[in-house]
Amino acid sequence: MPPMPTHPAPLLEARGITVRRPGRGRRAAPVTAVDGCSFTVRAGETLALVGASGSGKSSTAEAVLMLRRPDSGSVLFEGRDITDLSAEGMRALRPAMQPVFQDPFGALSPRMRVRDAIAEPIKVHKRWDPETGPDEVDSLLGRVGLAPELGGALPSDLSGGQCQRVGIARALALRPRLLVLDEPVSALDPSVRAGVVNLLTRLQEEQGLGYLFISHDFALVRRIAHRVAVLDAGRIVEEGPTAEVCRDPGHYRTRELLAASGLLAQRAGTAGAADAAGAADGALRGAR
Amino acid sequence: MNGSPVLSVRDLAVTLPGRNGPVHAVRGLSFDVGPGEALAVVGESGAGKSVTARTVLGMAPFGARISGSATVGGQEVVGASAAGLRALRGRRATLIPQDALAVLSPVHTVGAQIAAALRSVRRTGRAQARREAVAALGRVGIPDPERAARRYPHEFSGGMRQRAVIAMATAGEPDLVFADEPTTALDPVTREHVLDLLQEMRERTGAALVLITHDPAGAGARTDRMLVMYAGRHVESGPSAEVLGAPRAPYTAGLLASLPERAPSATGPLPVIPGAPPVPGRPPAGCAFEPRCPLASDPCRSDPPDPAPVPGARDRLVSCHRRADVPEPPSALFADAAPGREPAGA
Repeated sequence: MPPMPTHPAPLLEARGITVRRPGRGRRAAPVTAVDGCSFTVRAGETLALVGASGSGKSSTAEAVLMLRRPDSGSVLFEGRDITDLSAEGMRALRPAMQPVFQDPFGALSPRMRVRDAIAEPIKVHKRWDPETGPDEVDSLLGRVGLAPELGGALPSDLSGGQCQRVGIARALALRPRLLVLDEPVSALDPSVRAGVVNLLTRLQEEQGLGYLFISHDFALVRRIAHRVAVLDAGRIVEEGPTAEVCRDPGHYRTRELLAASGLLAQRAGTAGAADAAGAADGALRGAR
Repeated sequence: MNGSPVLSVRDLAVTLPGRNGPVHAVRGLSFDVGPGEALAVVGESGAGKSVTARTVLGMAPFGARISGSATVGGQEVVGASAAGLRALRGRRATLIPQDALAVLSPVHTVGAQIAAALRSVRRTGRAQARREAVAALGRVGIPDPERAARRYPHEFSGGMRQRAVIAMATAGEPDLVFADEPTTALDPVTREHVLDLLQEMRERTGAALVLITHDPAGAGARTDRMLVMYAGRHVESGPSAEVLGAPRAPYTAGLLASLPERAPSATGPLPVIPGAPPVPGRPPAGCAFEPRCPLASDPCRSDPPDPAPVPGARDRLVSCHRRADVPEPPSALFADAAPGREPAGA
């Protein structure tokens, strides 16, 4: 991971955001997916949101991107409150904060060639210049490590890793300052995952991008995130510099996630009883 | 291995019809699984892991051409009749699939589906099957099984669904259980619980387990032996701890080095295997890994390597012409990837 910039400006700030969702199952009460979360992402910095399934990671991502307006709390982008921004105001802001999704195939249209898929966001935001546009797309392909010949390929011709590189190129096309990455490599095979992780690190180094990086894999987070926030049932239960949290986890959920990623092997056995209780708890959440 | 193997695969080849001509999904694969043994089959997408499992269960994709032999408890599967395969599935060998939602019916309760699975493998009254289904849900660690049995799959969390499918697949007490990436869709904590559950199931019923996975590190601790596959072929096999601790094939070494939890250095770029796996249907003439292999030489380009014993190691086979030249530590093969650059193909 690149060293932290010395005077980082706050890029994204979440202040006590809460998101409620309809519950699962018949007559289920709404669940509070995100429960008063506050955090900051600075330019050039990676904040990892780590947690088990259902802990509210993706709901948080949706809320900061204003894909789902938080029920309470506010989101600030570069110091400006965007919580109650109009659709038009939000449209003007979207290029600055771009998402990268988990499923690299699902995020691309199966009928759109790579070149067109990368040009699409530029055209949608009416920034396309027919003179320079094609060169811009070529340079984006190069920056994400794809050969120019692949511009004519369809997603079905590509591997998962290549598709995810196209997804990253699409996100970069609008020159964002923040990327919200929702499990961007968990669907990839290990040998291509490492390449995409290295790519993300290099892009941050080159362009000072801020990353909100959602993951459940501490082994990966430890490598690429400057700071980490651990989510449990919609609440941030622990937050701090990644190295410190990994060395001295304070919350049992953090220890559990570290153990599951093989980073706390010696304690995995003794924590068994607590883990089992936690699992039963998690399993029941769906049934209630 | 004690006693005769529950599963014996010899020179298995499976060719599937593809959009651009036939795809050689499995090529000349041989391996055994002993009674009660746990084997991890490790490989990336397209390595032929799932096709192997489905072929052994007589569920190869439509239009597959199969040669070689696969016997379950001495019974030949390749070329077996539909009736013979029905007698095998569920009773002697079963499959736990990756996507639990895809095998559960959305319009029947979970309890009814487990009871139906039970009644398909042995003669049991409805009420009795129903009671056993509840007991099975309890055994896989689902709280309040009586109530859970009356619920529908969409009311379950991902981990609970996978538990329910495990209860269903093991209801007939089979000798051999294939688990095809049973934890890929789950978060790491739930993943550990499901893997522990498979272990318990194995200890309780004495069933052998074939755990198909692309996560070698997670599978290693819970299996006795490991088979690494690449592009439909055997790469390396042996006791799991030994394969993980001292990989003898360049592909295994690269795969392990690229895992963030095993990377040799804590900072800087992760080691990356250059290039991309071969395009299905167009495997190279020689070793399938040759275009990506830092040790590749002439014989690698012309002849696919056959499994050969590792000198001084018991029960270890490596398919690599350059097996004698793999350095120590093997991860050094991939450590010199230029910092900040990734292969264009990956």
